[in-house]
Amino acid sequence: MTEPAIEVRGVTKSYGRHRVLTGVDLTVAPGEIFALLGPNGAGKTTLVNILTTLIRPDAGQARVLGCNVVAEARRIRSLIGVTGQFAAVDRELTAQENLIMVARLGGLARRAARARAEALLERVDLVPAARRRAGLLSGGMLRRLDLAMSLAQTPRVLFLDEPTTGMDTRSRQALWEDITDLARHGTTVMMTTQYLEEADQLADRIAILAAGAVISSGTAAELKSAIGEEYVILEQPGSEPVQIAFDGTLAGLRAVTDHGVGSATISVRRPTLDDVFIRLTGDGAGGESTSDQLAVAR
Amino acid sequence: MSAAVVFVDRSIRLSMRNVESLLLAIVLPAMLMLMFTFVFGGAIDPAGGYLTYVVPGIIVLCAGYGASTTAIDVAEDLRTGTINRFRTMPIPAVTVLVGHVVASLARNLLATAVVLVVGLLMGFRPEAGLWGWLGALAVLAVHITAITALFAAVGLATGSPQAASGYTFIVMFLPYLSSGFVPLDTLPAWLRPVAEHQPMTAVIESVRLLLSGADPQAAPWMALAWFLGVIAVSAAWTGWLFPRKVLH
Repeated sequence: MTEPAIEVRGVTKSYGRHRVLTGVDLTVAPGEIFALLGPNGAGKTTLVNILTTLIRPDAGQARVLGCNVVAEARRIRSLIGVTGQFAAVDRELTAQENLIMVARLGGLARRAARARAEALLERVDLVPAARRRAGLLSGGMLRRLDLAMSLAQTPRVLFLDEPTTGMDTRSRQALWEDITDLARHGTTVMMTTQYLEEADQLADRIAILAAGAVISSGTAAELKSAIGEEYVILEQPGSEPVQIAFDGTLAGLRAVTDHGVGSATISVRRPTLDDVFIRLTGDGAGGESTSDQLAVAR
Repeated sequence: MSAAVVFVDRSIRLSMRNVESLLLAIVLPAMLMLMFTFVFGGAIDPAGGYLTYVVPGIIVLCAGYGASTTAIDVAEDLRTGTINRFRTMPIPAVTVLVGHVVASLARNLLATAVVLVVGLLMGFRPEAGLWGWLGALAVLAVHITAITALFAAVGLATGSPQAASGYTFIVMFLPYLSSGFVPLDTLPAWLRPVAEHQPMTAVIESVRLLLSGADPQAAPWMALAWFLGVIAVSAAWTGWLFPRKVLH
């Protein structure tokens, strides 16, 4: 088996008496898009901060491309790119100047840095905005510039902490395309998100983080099937809709008909990541309740 | 080393773009010169000798204002996650502070030049020779570097631009409690020892004596001792703070 891009074993981290991570285990394969999904305060950013060498774990082992995050932090820093939760861009500098700066910090000479900046502007589609001050860019463009800055040293592993928070749908789509494109070219991507849809759309695999530990992980399909069957929803005129688990067997069908189908409207619903999330954490992300989901399913 | 060069380039660019604070760095020294000479000067010395007396005090006062913006800039870099980004790169991220200090030095030497030019236009006639001028500039440069290093640490410690600007009043206030604006022997006896032995007095006396062409005696050495102390404290404080101040 090839060496994992990221390997986390029993990592814990506390701030004072507050235990942020209580023992995280996960493995990310090279070239994969891996989504860390969890509500606010689950510890997503703390885990990313540990993996990007910003903070040290209290206990446990974390490796990025085989390098220990504590002992080999410097080596890791030359192999990764990081886009934090807030766009770390100098607002008073132009998009181009920001990119040249990080390229030079990455070790390129002035001229090479300029060429690199050009290539990055093209890659994230910001060429027309190159000479505009970053502070004047739209929110979506600013995030794309931020992403481009984290690509300055051609990272093998890219960390994105809630990259699309606060973005409109179109900018989000554009960024998603950028991320998929990077992964297609071999970059391993670890991203955190609160959006189930984002994890579902983008990620090869997902880990659900709640209260400082991974409570479940796998592909979106695996996670969905782990919480079980499809549902059949029966709606009788003038009464509340009934939701019945349906496992695809004849006995299952009988359980449905036993409810007295009569004049009911029948619909089938597959479990969504929302269901997985609600089942596992006892809490919906983004405040959606199960009845909202029912409304959507109809 | 190469990272420090990039960071100096960054901070100078940022200083040039921030038009308001650049304007303040030029207008404030000129305004203070005019105010102290024409508004207060007549009451303090009707013969008009106050101009020569007050120039070093105003230079140091302006340097305090100018250097204090470094605290705000550093706090802003921390707050926006910019320093976090530098930490995840294969460079010594702490050198971002070198950029801030060098840019502050450049800004404040500009402010110093404004004070001197306005002073010369108003009739300030220093008697110093080349060595006197060089000595005075060297004392000022080291002074600016020391207080900027301290302000950079304050910016790290507070981590918020608003809080950082709150602390800067201390250094703004110190020049008033020195020999910068009134002779020490006019102060009440209990205050005199404090004013006499604080760093601003050492800087101001050095510059005043050096520019007047007189022997500065022990003043520059006193100033130097203060600077080395302030730089050592700032460096140790920064070294302790920097790894602990990770935005999360």
